[in-house]
Amino acid sequence: MSDKRRATRPLWAVYGEKTLEWVIRVAGVSAIIFVVAIFFFVFREAAPMLVNKDFSLKEFLFSPEWYPTSMSNVRYGTLALTVGTFSVTILAMVIAVPFGLGGAIFISEFCGHKTKETLKIVIELLAAIPSVVWGFIGLTVMSKIIMKVTGAPVGVNMLNGAIILALMSVPIIVSIGEDALKAVPDSYREAGLALGATQWQLVYRVLLPAAKNGLLAAVLLGVGRAVGETMAVLMATGHAVHIPEGILDSVRTLTANIAAELGEAPAGSPHYRVLFMTGVLLFSITFVVNLTADLVVRGIRKKG
Amino acid sequence: MKTKTCVKTMAALTAAAALALTMNGCKPAESGGGGGRTTIQNKGSDTMVNLAQAWAEAYSKEHPEVKIEVSGGGSGVGIAALIKGTVDIANSSRDIKPSEIEQTKKNTGKEPKEFTIGYDALAVYVHKSNPLDNITTEQLAQIYQEGGKITKWSQLGVTIPGGGDDIVRVSRQSNSGTYEFFREHVLQNKDFKLGSRDMNGSKEVVELVGNTPTAIGYSGMGYATDKVKMLKVDGVAPTVQTTLDRSYPIARALHLYTVGEPTGAVLDYLNWVRSEPGQIIVEKTGYVPLPKEKWYKKP
Repeated sequence: MSDKRRATRPLWAVYGEKTLEWVIRVAGVSAIIFVVAIFFFVFREAAPMLVNKDFSLKEFLFSPEWYPTSMSNVRYGTLALTVGTFSVTILAMVIAVPFGLGGAIFISEFCGHKTKETLKIVIELLAAIPSVVWGFIGLTVMSKIIMKVTGAPVGVNMLNGAIILALMSVPIIVSIGEDALKAVPDSYREAGLALGATQWQLVYRVLLPAAKNGLLAAVLLGVGRAVGETMAVLMATGHAVHIPEGILDSVRTLTANIAAELGEAPAGSPHYRVLFMTGVLLFSITFVVNLTADLVVRGIRKKG
Repeated sequence: MKTKTCVKTMAALTAAAALALTMNGCKPAESGGGGGRTTIQNKGSDTMVNLAQAWAEAYSKEHPEVKIEVSGGGSGVGIAALIKGTVDIANSSRDIKPSEIEQTKKNTGKEPKEFTIGYDALAVYVHKSNPLDNITTEQLAQIYQEGGKITKWSQLGVTIPGGGDDIVRVSRQSNSGTYEFFREHVLQNKDFKLGSRDMNGSKEVVELVGNTPTAIGYSGMGYATDKVKMLKVDGVAPTVQTTLDRSYPIARALHLYTVGEPTGAVLDYLNWVRSEPGQIIVEKTGYVPLPKEKWYKKP
């Protein structure tokens, strides 16, 4: 038996297959290694700061005073940056969620086959625009429009950043939201229509409740995109360390702050370590968002 | 069937490997620069990046065998790169700090060498419609520094045409030589008031001020456009003359730094920069060249 096998399958094929299997396994497990390694190295750079006498965790989290290079009184408070990140993200979501979910519902339920294919391709194109290009649009085009329409003294502000972020997260919300709606079995639709529901009643009463977990996951992934985005917000938000009082104030986000300052901070200096600490904070925020999204998706699978 | 797939995969793998090999093969050819061509790495001050690029272009025309790669990022970034040994020349619009000299010695065993190549007046810009003409350093400090009392244009006795009274402060990110120079000479090393718009380049400051009627900002005088106005500081306008005779209060020297005594192509380039053609470019890009007696002349 074994002789016969060897005759049909040469030795190199057997070993080649084994090797391939091994390569694929490494590729699969590597994601875990990378995440752990990234967290480890970021934390390792940040950790010595925890025992530095100039640093207090309370000040880091709850003080809005960010003076990392002060000559007289160094302060590392990131509250203004955290508030900046959250306020831009929330405003972005207020704009993006209605558009994204609306788009998903339209594509999945209300349009013909041809429109659907065209829209899907165009939305994917929208997702492929590099963030620096978005930032450039914010800096040049959007800022002028915002100044003209709202009369704000400066065009690069929270609203500008939020609109840009909304435009960037809409494609994600649309494509994942559409998948979630597609996953609702057709029998639900047929049953709804058979009971005399209109198209809108069907969407509102049947599909949205049935797909709500998937849609929530779509929104949360959009949030993750918005929280982590760097280049576009660096260019569009005005980069001012300041707790915003309105949507026309300039803000600075955690990501933009790291991008702007890390290049300068001498390796190993307290400023450098605090920026890594900011990285840990950001990592924790995106981790919580993604974990929530994941748990919600898992929720759907269980029900399905 | 299985063997067939396997053969296909193998073929794909071989192709991938071949591709990888060719790509590896490309690399040395690229970094080698094609025999005899020298590359000088030049990085640092955003204030000086236009100037450095203009030099690099003109120099490469005269000396096609030398390629100069210029990038910005801020004086701090340039000096940090010099300490790490990743650049040949660092541009800086502020003096190197004693701590940075120490670090260079520790890392490379050599002292950094300074070449002053010109001067820059730090201009205070406002929107062209702003009626203000003159500002004192004291007023500037009150506008920019932590706890400073001036937040409205009316406090300076100015009404902005088109409304808006809050002063929009435009500043620089903290690794910029301009930022540090301003902090040292205007704020007397006190901290900046938080909430200023911190731009990532000299040009961006002027651009934002040009788009914002209520804004004030500081940047190199080479970046003036027709949308902004340069203020007199303590009654003195920023010009070549007032920079050289030091009557303009916020002017500074522009430096190039190397690690140890430069040699070969780098030395030739530094000499050229300090000789007539290089100094004419300094003037053309809007900065103040060295006084003529300090120009480099061939021995």
